[in-house]
Amino acid sequence: MPATPRHRGFSSTAVPAVTSEPAWVRRGFIGVALAFLSLFLLVPLVAVFVFALQKGAGAYLAAVSEPAAQAAVRLTLQTTLIAVVLNVVFGVAAAWAITKFEFPGKNILVTLIDLPFAVSPVISGLVFVLLFGADGWLAPLIEPLGLKIIFAPAGIVLATVFVTFPFVARELIPLMQAQGTEEEEAAIVLGASGWQTFLRVTLPNIKWGLLYGVILCTARSMGEFGAVSVVSGHVRGLTNTLPLHVEILYNEYNFAAAFAVASLLALVALATLTAKSIVAWRSQRPRAGAGLNARTK
Amino acid sequence: MGYALLYLSLVVLIPLSGVFLKTLSLDWSEFWSVVTSPRVVASYRLTFGAALVAATVNAAFGLLVAWVLVRYRFPGRRLVDAMVDLPFALPTAVAGIALTAVYAPNGWIGRWLGAAGVKAAFSPLGVAIALTFIGLPFVVRAVQPVLEDLDPEIEEAAASLGASRGLAFRRVIFPMLLPAVLTGFAMALARALGEYGSVVFISGNMPMRTEITSLLIMTKLEQYDTAGATAIALTMLVASFFLLLMINVLQRWSWKRHTR
Repeated sequence: MPATPRHRGFSSTAVPAVTSEPAWVRRGFIGVALAFLSLFLLVPLVAVFVFALQKGAGAYLAAVSEPAAQAAVRLTLQTTLIAVVLNVVFGVAAAWAITKFEFPGKNILVTLIDLPFAVSPVISGLVFVLLFGADGWLAPLIEPLGLKIIFAPAGIVLATVFVTFPFVARELIPLMQAQGTEEEEAAIVLGASGWQTFLRVTLPNIKWGLLYGVILCTARSMGEFGAVSVVSGHVRGLTNTLPLHVEILYNEYNFAAAFAVASLLALVALATLTAKSIVAWRSQRPRAGAGLNARTK
Repeated sequence: MGYALLYLSLVVLIPLSGVFLKTLSLDWSEFWSVVTSPRVVASYRLTFGAALVAATVNAAFGLLVAWVLVRYRFPGRRLVDAMVDLPFALPTAVAGIALTAVYAPNGWIGRWLGAAGVKAAFSPLGVAIALTFIGLPFVVRAVQPVLEDLDPEIEEAAASLGASRGLAFRRVIFPMLLPAVLTGFAMALARALGEYGSVVFISGNMPMRTEITSLLIMTKLEQYDTAGATAIALTMLVASFFLLLMINVLQRWSWKRHTR
C-alpha cells in the first residue's frame, strides 16, 4: 500500500483525491456530523455545568458538601471499588480460561458474559429483588442471619457488580485471542510455573486492555442508575448513590443542586474519556506491531 | 476456569432463572392479561417505536460521523472522536436531566422547537431524543474499524473503471460497511429497549402516552406487584435475547465478509 500523504489543514483528506469527495461535499459532511454531535452531546454536557453554576459558586459548594451528598459520594466510591476489584479478578480469570484453554461450554460462557449488556438495568435490579426481597427465593436463607440486601448497601453492590460484569472480560478476550498461546508455551517450556507465566508473560501483554476495562467498569459503576434504583429503596444518607441523589434533588425541583451533584458525575465522565483516549493512544504502538506480525505470517 | 464458571452462575444464572421461575407463580391467563393490558401494550409500542427511530437515526448519522472521522482531517478531530464515547461514560441520570433541561419547552433547543410547533420533552419525541443520545456511539464504533481497514485499491479500481464517487460508494463501499452498520444498529436498538435512566426524566411518564416498559416494571415493583413486574420483564427479556442472538449472527456475518 503506498503511503498516503497526511495533510493537516481544514477538511483535507486522509486518502488520495481519486478516492475522495469534492471539497464542498467534505465540508458539508463535516458540518452535518458536527451539528448532529453538538445537538446530542455537546449542548447537554455544557448544560450540566451551566445549570450547576446558575446560582453561583456558593450554592454549588453547599449542594455538593451537604451531608446527604457526602454520604452519596462515599457509598458510590465504596461500591465502585468493590465492583471493580471483583470484576477485574473475574474478567482476567474468564478471559484467561476462554482464550488459553479449550473446554466444553466455552461458547455458552462467552455469550453469558455479554448478558448484562443485553438486559435492561431495571430487570437486572428486579432479579435481585426476586432473590433477596421480602418474599424472595433466598429470603429464608438470609433472614435468620440478619442480613439485609434489598434496600441496603449490599444490594447496591450486587446490582452494580452485575451490570458491570462484562466490561473487563470483553476488553481482554479479543486481545488475548489475538496474542495466542505461543509466548505462554515458550515460558512453560523454559521452566516457568503457571503463576510466573501469568505474572511475567500474560499480564504485561494485557496491561493496556486491562486498564481500559477498569476505566469503563469504574465509569459504569459510578453512574449506574436503573438497577441500583430498583434495589436501593432511596434511603437518604444510607442507600443513596450519586445518581440516585441527583434524581431525588431533581424531583424536589431543587434543580441547581441536582445539576451541581450531576456535574461531579459529568467530571468523572470527562476524566474517563480522557483516560480512555490516553490508554488507546499509549497502547497503539504495540498493537500496530502485533498487527504487522500477523500480516507477514 | 472453575472460578469463572462458578462466579458466572452465581451472579448471572441464578438471578435470571429467578425471573422465569417467579413468573410461573402466575397461570397462563393471568400472565397473558398482564402482558397484554392496554397500558402495557401502549408502553411496548412507545418503547419499540422510539427505539427503532433512535437506532435508525443513529445508523444514518453514525455512518456519517464514522466516515468523517476516518476519511477527513479537520481541527479538533481527535477531540470529537473522544467525545463520541460520552454516552457510555456519562451516567444516564445525568444525561436525562441535562437533555430534559435542554429540550424542555423553555430550554435552549426546546424553545426553538416549540416556536416551530414541535414539542420535544414530555412527548414521544423526547423519548426518541434520549434513546438517540444513549445509542449514539454504537454505529460509529462498529463502522470505524471496518472503514479504517478498507483497502484503498478497491476504490481506486472502481474509479479507474469509470465509477463516479456516488456510484463507488453505493456499489462498492456501502456493501462492505453494511454488516457493521447493521451490527451497530442492533446494538443501539437493544440498548434503547432496556434504557431507563435517561428516559424517565424527559418522557414525563404519562400513562398510555409517554410511559416506557422499563418504567412500568418499576411502577409495578413500587406497588409490590412483583409477579406483574416479572411478567413484563419476561417479555422484555425474550425480546433482548432475540436481539443478542441477532447481534451475534450479524457480527459473524460482518466478520466473514470483512476478512474474505
